[in-house]
Order: sequence, then C-alpha cells, then structure tokens
Amino acid sequence: MKLLLKGARVIDPSQKIDARMDVLIEEGKIGACGTAITASPDVKVIDLTGMIVSPGLIDMHVHLREPGLEYKETIASGSAAAVAGGFTSIACMPNTEPVNDNRSITEFIRRKAAEANLANVYPIGAISIGSEGRQLTEFWDLKEAGIIALSDDGKPVMDAALLRRALEYASSLDLPVIQHCEDKNLSGGGLMNEGYYATILGLPGIPAIAEDVMVARDILIAEYTRTRIHIAHVSTAGAVLLIRDAKARGLNVTAETAPHYFTLTDESLQEYDTNYKVSPPLRSASDIAAIKEGLADGTLDAIACDHAPHGRTDKEVEFEYAANGISGLETSLGLSLNLWHDGILPLPELIAKMSCNPARILNLDKGRLAIGSDADITIINPDLPWIVDVKSFHSRGKNSPFHGRSLKGRAVMTIVGGDIKYNGLAEKP
Amino acid sequence: MMKLEKKDILGIREMTVDEINLILETAESFLEISTRDIKKVPTLRGKSVINLFYEASTRTRTSFEIAGKRLSADTINISASTSSVVKGETLIDTARNLEAMNPDIIVIRHSAAGAPHLLASLVSQSIINAGDGAHEHPSQALLDMMTIKAKKGKIAGLKVALVGDILHSRVARSNIYGLSKMGAQVVVAGPATMIPRDIERMGVKVYTKLDDAIADADVVMMLRIQLERQKQNIFPSLREYAQHYCLNRNNIKLAKDDVIVMHPGPMNRGVEISPDIADDPNYSVILDQVNNGVAVRMALLYLLSGGNE
Repeated sequence: MKLLLKGARVIDPSQKIDARMDVLIEEGKIGACGTAITASPDVKVIDLTGMIVSPGLIDMHVHLREPGLEYKETIASGSAAAVAGGFTSIACMPNTEPVNDNRSITEFIRRKAAEANLANVYPIGAISIGSEGRQLTEFWDLKEAGIIALSDDGKPVMDAALLRRALEYASSLDLPVIQHCEDKNLSGGGLMNEGYYATILGLPGIPAIAEDVMVARDILIAEYTRTRIHIAHVSTAGAVLLIRDAKARGLNVTAETAPHYFTLTDESLQEYDTNYKVSPPLRSASDIAAIKEGLADGTLDAIACDHAPHGRTDKEVEFEYAANGISGLETSLGLSLNLWHDGILPLPELIAKMSCNPARILNLDKGRLAIGSDADITIINPDLPWIVDVKSFHSRGKNSPFHGRSLKGRAVMTIVGGDIKYNGLAEKP
Repeated sequence: MMKLEKKDILGIREMTVDEINLILETAESFLEISTRDIKKVPTLRGKSVINLFYEASTRTRTSFEIAGKRLSADTINISASTSSVVKGETLIDTARNLEAMNPDIIVIRHSAAGAPHLLASLVSQSIINAGDGAHEHPSQALLDMMTIKAKKGKIAGLKVALVGDILHSRVARSNIYGLSKMGAQVVVAGPATMIPRDIERMGVKVYTKLDDAIADADVVMMLRIQLERQKQNIFPSLREYAQHYCLNRNNIKLAKDDVIVMHPGPMNRGVEISPDIADDPNYSVILDQVNNGVAVRMALLYLLSGGNE
C-alpha cells in the first residue's frame, strides 16, 4: 500500500528537517519527501494538517516480561502498547524468566515479536549468565541471534573487573553495554529516595550516591578500556554532572532518563502508593531540575520510559513488598511533550531524544525519514488534550502513577514499515 | 464535648492540636476506671475490636486488649507473621475477610511502614495504627504526651530530648510530631548513623552527644537499642554504645533537677538506661506511661466509636 502523508510539519532531526512537507510511503520505505507531492490514484492520502510527522519513536529500555512473566505483559501486548504510545521500535531488557542470556531465548523473543507484527522489537542480551554477575554470556552467539545491546538491567554488574571485561569484549563486536547504575551495597534494603520524605515515612532510603558512585566508576572503567558505555535511567543530579564531565572530556558515554524522573519527586510517595515505587527511586526537586538541564544541554541523549508492567498482585501489597516500576509506554510521549510545552526542549530536540539518538546508541538503521529508509513514522498531535486512563492501556500492566493526569499531546498514528499499526486519528478526545 | 472527626488513627502527623487535646482529655477522664474494683464500664458493649498484629508485641497488644475490655468491647487478637503475608494470604485479602465479619475497629501492628494506610484505604472500619515499621506509633506518642502533661502540668515550652536509634524509631517520629505541635522544643541525639537524613526539617535540633542533648532538658526519653542493628553497622557494639549513650546517675545531672525519664519499652537495662535511673521514682515515669497507655487506648476506641459523652 502506498500512503501519502499530506500537510504535516515534518521533523527529522537526523537530517535537520523541520518544514511543512508531504511524505510518500511506498513498499515500506520512504519514497519521497517534498512540498505538494501529487497522489496517483493508487495512493491513500491522509490529511495531517496541524500534525507532526516524526521518525518512528524508539524506546531503548522496556520490559516485555515474556518468556516467564506473561501475566505482567507479553511481547504482543507490549508491542501493542508501544505502537499505541507512538513507538515503532523498542529494545527489551533481558530480565525475563529465564533470563535472555542465550541464543534460544533471543530467538524466541524475535519469533514472538514477528508473530505480533506490530513494533520492531530488539532484544537486549544479558551481560552475565542469569544476570548473576559472575560469568559472561556468549556475546557473539547472542549478537548473531539478534541482540542489539547488553545489560544485566536491574542486577547491575557490581564486580568492577567483570564490567571491565564485558566492556572490552563487547567493544570487539561493537555491542553497546547498558548499565543500570546502582551500588547495591549503598542501596541495600532501601525502598525510596533517602531524604526528608523517607525520614517522615519511615521507609529505608536509597541514597543518590548509590547511583552516582557507580556512574563514576563505570565512566572510569570505560575511559580506561577506551570503550563506550550507556547509562540507563539517570535519576540524580550527581549522575548528570558526572556524565556531563565525561562528555566534555571526549569520552564515549551516553545516557538516558525516563519521563518519571523529570516529572515526579519523592514527595509523591506520601500515601504509600506503590505505583510510585520505581528503581531507581523518584528523587528530589533539585534532581528533577538537574535532569531537565541535562536534557536541555545534551548531557542526556535519550528518553526511555523503562516500561515495567506489573500485575495487580505485584502492586496491591504493602509498600515494602511491592514490585518496582511503571507501565510507561503509553504515557511516555505525552509526559515528554511537557518538556516542549514548558520550554525546556524544542520539538526537534525532543524528537531526537526519542528517535535518532537511541538509534545511534543502539547502532540501528532507524530514526530517520531519508528517502529509501524504513517507513517507520509517528504522527503526533502535539496539543491534543487527553486524560490518562489505565483501563484503556494496551499493556497488561495497569500500574501507572499518571492515571487520571491531564496531558497535552500524543501519538495519533503509528506506521511501522509502511503499515499503519495504530490509528487514533478517528478517536475523539 | 467535641467529636473526633476521623475514621482512622494512622499517625500524629495528620492530627490537629485540638484533636490531640481531645484525646488526652478523654483519656484523663478514663483513668479513674482502671482504679475501680470492677474495672469495667458498658460504654462499648456490643462493639468489637480486632487486634491484628503482624509483629511481636506484648505491651501494646495487651494495652489495647485491656482498653477494649474495660469499655466492654469484644476484643479479638490475631497474630500473624509477615512471612506468611509474603507467601500466603495478602493483607488485602485478610482485610476484606475481616471486614466481612463486620468488626468496628481494627488495630494493626505491622513491620512494613504504610501497612495501616493500605488497610484503611480498603475497609470501611476504623483503623488504629499500633506501630508500622519505622513510621509512626501514634498511641505511644499520645500516652507519652499524657504522661508529660500529668507530671509537668503542661507540654508547651518544655525541652524534650529523644535519645537513641532515631532512624528506626516510630516512637521518635510520632513524638516529634506530637510534642512539636503541642509547643515543646524537641531535640534528638544518637550517633550520626542513627539520625535519619534531613530530620532537621521536622523541626528538631540534632545532637550526636548525649550530654549536649539532655542539658537542661525537662524530659528525657530513651529509645531501645536493637542488637540486630549491629549487623548493619549502625553501631559497633552494645558495649561502646552503653559507654556513650546510656543515661546514668552522672549525666542525668546535666538535665533540669526535676527532669522526668521516659522509655517506651522494652528496656535494655544497662544499655540505653542504667537500672538505678530506670527504677528511681524521682526520675522514672516509665510505669506511669504504661498505666496511661491503657487510658489513651480506651480514649481512642471510644472516640472512634463515635463517643461524645
């Protein structure tokens, strides 16, 4: 099917395009971009006046829970959530049961994703077997099977020597290594950000230095080994400073943050609502300010939502026993657009952090609207008011602290490989 | 007399000065019942109170039970272990089952901070927090305030020193809220490892030395040191702790001459408090605290049942 997207503002940060243009899609690729493209009779024309046409959004940090935890999410339901949230590509963390630490799990994930046939799903392989931090997985084999990055996710590599070897070995395959930076000794037993609110709530604290110390250590290891490292979900002012300094020194360090880290503080935990329990924990107002600065000055390259769907049984318990995480794919763009509404990021920069930047970090040939590239496109109505309702989530995980929140702007159509995978244009707000 | 316009007693933080005064005055009026030959009034006849204790407790559970019985309520004790909570029935299911049996008040003690809030959000019955993790222990703070008021005639303007493991102490948090609201000056003391971050924002002064904290104090409240905290390196040894933070005959002289000494129990004699201070009626009001505890809990049960004499 051929599609002609007419009259939208086309923003492609990878080519520095920001103009009113038409985009023609043919055979799954971008066929043409230009003003006043005329449609032949076999082309379906979609009038997008007032809309934004963006390269398909990429979320480089999601949890799809399959295999093993299908009651929380499946690859199919997570993919449906992705396209409904405007994401054409997602990279899924290996903390499934069993862990994605070998070829057969990677192949299984890719097969399930192909069956779902919604978003592009890129598996991330485990750094160590079982993500237990002892023995490296077979990086070559995993790469051949289809992983695009390595991470031990929520079980960060505490052993500095193991991380050194992982960075070195991965560099010979040009596989990015993603580290969830948390010194488990410093964070041990903690349930929320250490500070005034943890003190009055009587909950054990996780100090910001648990993150900062490992960010600093990992930057030093990457520097020494002359390799690259990607820091996941930055939540502290200290980490922003360390990454900014590393970039200024020319090191190959990249970083992401998640919408909740520039939207919510630890003050939100006062009712012990487990939907606010995340890892790393929600931090202070000054951390939020630093994250926004880091986004604005380019210290933080990407926005990824750390989509962490859970079942009710994981969250409807005492705060101490509740699982960490937010089902984020369907609110990520709406929350991130606040950065533009609030004047923190121009739209092209925001879109870059959700498309071409994660593509660059993951070595994906995605995130651009060049002629001949895959027709992965997100159509955004940036001003559309809507109210988050977890009951309408495509994700199985209804765990969102944003339920009931009014947002402005969302994806109204998601096109993957030239096919419309989500169409909210007909829906009235 | 005014009524308590609250469904639950979850913490002192949410309480107004008027509410605290109402509870204390009601408790004072109940004190006399416990001195009678027949220590029972029919006030809460036909009401039922469930004591749902997920954490070991002798004093608080017994105190709530006696309080209920002296008011003629039917009291039911349920002891549950948190390990079965994690593996077996959830708090939510336990709560819904209890709710279906239609009691009037549920008193809950739980090792997880916020558990009473979860319970209160689920059931229509009144919930009393009898201690949740390191968060709050409101009935303890109320009985402490009642004791201070009885001994000193007032709370406002007094200097109250709380000494010990503030980090893990729900008694400290509830007392900081309550005493500050009632106009006392609250100071806390302990080694820096036992002082929670940013506690100054709760309006207290922080000291790391016992002597500095208790200087000119009207009230000194010693908190229990739990030996298992040693494993977390909160302190190196009981021996060293006792050498520097034990209230004894020497350092008590730094406080006001008429200082009163309190302890929420159970005491570690010779660790945070020397036996001769704990047993000295010139200083110690520890057994008054226990006695007032029954009256305070009677007041809470009564007021939550809609009582307004």
